[in-house]
Amino acid sequence: MIDKIVQSAAAALADVRDGATVMIGGFGTAGLPDELIAALLDQGARDLVVVNNNAGNGDTGLAALLGAGRVRKIICSFPRQVDSWHFDRLYHEGRIELELVPQGNLAERIRAAGAGIGAFFTPTGYGTILAQGKETREIDGRMQVLEYAIHADVALIKAERGDRWGNLTYRKTARNFGPIMAMAARCTVATVHEVVDLGALDPEAVVTPGVFVQRVVPIARTATRGAGFKASLA
Amino acid sequence: MTHPLPRWTRAQMAARVAQDIADGSVVNLGIGLPTLIANHLPAGREVILQSENGIIGMGPAPAPGQEDYDLTNAGKQPVTLLPGGSFFHHADSFAMMRGGHLDICVLGAFQVSARGDLANWHTGAEGAIPAVGGAMDLAIGAKRTFVLMEHLTKSGESKLVETCTYPLTGLACVSRVYTDLAVIDVGPRGARVVDMAEGLAFDQLQAVTAIPLARA
Repeated sequence: MIDKIVQSAAAALADVRDGATVMIGGFGTAGLPDELIAALLDQGARDLVVVNNNAGNGDTGLAALLGAGRVRKIICSFPRQVDSWHFDRLYHEGRIELELVPQGNLAERIRAAGAGIGAFFTPTGYGTILAQGKETREIDGRMQVLEYAIHADVALIKAERGDRWGNLTYRKTARNFGPIMAMAARCTVATVHEVVDLGALDPEAVVTPGVFVQRVVPIARTATRGAGFKASLA
Repeated sequence: MTHPLPRWTRAQMAARVAQDIADGSVVNLGIGLPTLIANHLPAGREVILQSENGIIGMGPAPAPGQEDYDLTNAGKQPVTLLPGGSFFHHADSFAMMRGGHLDICVLGAFQVSARGDLANWHTGAEGAIPAVGGAMDLAIGAKRTFVLMEHLTKSGESKLVETCTYPLTGLACVSRVYTDLAVIDVGPRGARVVDMAEGLAFDQLQAVTAIPLARA
């Protein structure tokens, strides 16, 4: 019988190795799998390469992992935010490597890895410092930049409902990078707020088919905290 | 300058952009000043807003107490979803842009050149942490890219320039610039004034603009 349900985040992350590339879902705090990041912090793996859109907010979640000095390099599109002080300090101290990637290139490089595509040409970033040193080619009359897939050892993502085959649905904009990171990692660990029987998820509405998911961890629902913006602008 | 120039307020600037967004358009409004445009869309026009974190059919901010931080915009602020709207993952979201499925994208800017080069993500200052987000994808993806920005920097320099000195976001990607002084088309034929703030003379506009302007 296939049963991908793992009862604790700690058990789901027991085999993450030092030096692993870890994709972490989320756009700011929406979709950020706080419980899995906390378990990774406890687990102790070091020298990690993290792929996330941002570089942590406040003192918890990804920010705590960075603050604990466990991340060697971060691949992201938007590290600087009003509450990214842990990353900011590490960056200014030269203690973390940053690979800055335009957000759409980040998404497509992740998707490409999951789809078995080695690299692709895209017009995004052509002529900018983020394309420096990269191969370019004119395609259909437009200059384009060669961008390589980003693979991961582990993906940590936050979903809404799941079953023992690993089929997943998400909640609102917390979906963001979850479905593509699930495809791009050798081992994808997803949290869900509800485990349902096989067949209970509408097959027309399954967002991530279970083939992309290796472990499903049930967690209690907590309201997502807001972060990453000035409260006065909300 | 001894007298301040006649200029549009931020609300008027946003309303001026909104005036040019046709009924039925699918639009991405960048973080900051461009988000104001949503408040000024003329009544009777149905415009669909896309947000790159994975929403199409984005609605206004929720009522106080109704915030759901699983439903946020690209600035990570709480928003709502309109009936007919949907959620999708990031690769689909940027496919909407890069694939040319958005009609208009409106971005803020540090500098725009006469031919439509855009600099809006990084000042290149020593020690500044670079953060690009979706700016480069947005700039080159939509059918038309508008810029909404102040005409002058805080120190009074023209933000319309012959060549961008800040790091570029995209080459020849901006088609129209909306400032507090004027609406100016940019592109291969150079800069052409489409509209000016009431009471502003063409010569006054040219005097504070670092590139030659043509009258439309």
